[in-house]
Amino acid sequence: MWDWIKIAVWGIVALLAALAANFARDLAYQVHAILVMLIAGGMFVWTVRHTDEPKGAAETGYMDGVIRYGVVATAFWGIAGFLVGVIIAFQLAFPALNLEILHGFGNFGRLRPLHTSAVIFAFGGNALIATSFYIVQRTSAARLWGGNLAWFVFWGYQVFIVLAATGYLLGATQSKEYAEPEWYVDLWLTVVWVAYLLVFLGTIIKRKEPHIYVANWFFLSFIITVAMLHVVNNLTIPVSIFGSKSVIVWAGVQDAMTQWWYGHNAVGFFLTAGFLGMMYYFVPKQAGKPVFSYKLSIIHFWALIFLYIWAGPHHLHYTALPDWASTLGMVFSVILWMPSWGGMINGLMTLSGAWDKIRTDPIIRMMVISLGFYGMSTFEGPMMSIRAVNSLSHYTDWTIGHVHSGALGWNGMITFAALYFLTPKLWNKTGLYSLKLVNWHFWLATIGIILYAASMWVTGIMEGLMWREVDANGFLVNSFADTVAAKFPMYIVRGMGGVLYLTGALIMCYNLWMTAFGNRVPTAVATPAE
Amino acid sequence: MNYHILREIADSWVLLALFVFFVGVFFWAWRPGSRPVHDDAAAVPFRHENGPASVTNPKSGEPR
Repeated sequence: MWDWIKIAVWGIVALLAALAANFARDLAYQVHAILVMLIAGGMFVWTVRHTDEPKGAAETGYMDGVIRYGVVATAFWGIAGFLVGVIIAFQLAFPALNLEILHGFGNFGRLRPLHTSAVIFAFGGNALIATSFYIVQRTSAARLWGGNLAWFVFWGYQVFIVLAATGYLLGATQSKEYAEPEWYVDLWLTVVWVAYLLVFLGTIIKRKEPHIYVANWFFLSFIITVAMLHVVNNLTIPVSIFGSKSVIVWAGVQDAMTQWWYGHNAVGFFLTAGFLGMMYYFVPKQAGKPVFSYKLSIIHFWALIFLYIWAGPHHLHYTALPDWASTLGMVFSVILWMPSWGGMINGLMTLSGAWDKIRTDPIIRMMVISLGFYGMSTFEGPMMSIRAVNSLSHYTDWTIGHVHSGALGWNGMITFAALYFLTPKLWNKTGLYSLKLVNWHFWLATIGIILYAASMWVTGIMEGLMWREVDANGFLVNSFADTVAAKFPMYIVRGMGGVLYLTGALIMCYNLWMTAFGNRVPTAVATPAE
Repeated sequence: MNYHILREIADSWVLLALFVFFVGVFFWAWRPGSRPVHDDAAAVPFRHENGPASVTNPKSGEPR
């Protein structure tokens, strides 16, 4: 019966998408309608061919198939996102790389949101979905709730990524940072996200462990808060049901405040709380001992939740936003330093008594440097939120450097460590194909981040100082073009850092592929100190 | 019902309630007798590596 309903739904969706493609008012909408039509048509045929097949007995073990797909998707989107990042880094250094034939599709303005969304939502989001499914099952001692709903979450999320990415290239954007996708893509993500919440919450509810492990608290807060942020920041009214353009219901400074309430908490709950969920599971697992202080992890969680939500206004210093609001954001950002470092210390001290593992285990080394960058960027962030510092740093590349030390250092490294941890487990191998290659990846990525962050500090502070430099009569000394020219060498250094980081990720993909699908016996681990 | 009523509730009772909750979390985490509970919770990742808890023996689960 269920199969017949599915066939009907797929058929109707394909038909409606075909109609929408016909009436489409713009290219992005038309391409998306055709994409939806093809996907729904394909699913229609597939469902028809498999209808009324006998179903096997319900499985009782952990549901790991969807996590294996998630690991592959994370690696794939990671490479795509890093590659686009390297391309746009060199487009900034050499504007001629905005090739004539790519105008309107492949120039910097179109590729830049593709890069940010690919690394945050495609790479980071797939990593979060895959690891949260892995962790919630192991720490709840229960199979994922909802049967194939987890598969819907995975594939639905990939469809969201494809629609968002192709939309940017074709010009469908609502120009809100990290929330660029247009209204119908937002609606689709809302459906997928509610399904994600149901799978996660359902698994926690049927758990066999009396306690909800702290990693699940972080994941749950990430899922719920992102749902709230996404809905409020995307309250738009479409101009036409057959077009991609929509208009936001907020106006002026309210819109700006809503956007940065969203934007900063996307950092706080997507890139911090969710990844802390990974940290609180994978660091103890890899170190082979429980987290340093469970009490501290509880305090870390509640302090982070209570403080982060207020920090958004620090993005709007010296704007139409009232002073009290930006002061509030600044104060909470500075207080936020404490729980952030509490969490970092908790993660690092988990290794106390096992410090020798930093020498023998490159995965632990990756986790340690990831926590180091977490601490570094959660110190840099509060400092940059102070109004006086912000007057120098805002609108400069210092901000870009800060974001990347957090994203490449903290999010990237903990995700790589998680992938190295998961791959042998998920494909039933005794160990990784090569620890030597993990070591190569570690050093390439680390040097890449250092080149990136250092060059952005130099160029950011330089351009900030150049912009505010006045002569004895009060005239500005530098034109904007002077700062652009002065930044050129640092742009090359940044691009090289990106190339190193990308190379490291490619080595990781080779290593993971050989682990999962190769036949070689894993190499011996370096001997631990006795 | 307008903005000012919400604003007054937000910066009086709601502020107080949230603050009390926040401080309460610290006392709750450090309450006497919480150590065995927390030690048990911290060991959760090491218990059910390979399969869900079985009905007969909820603590052990599948062989590790």
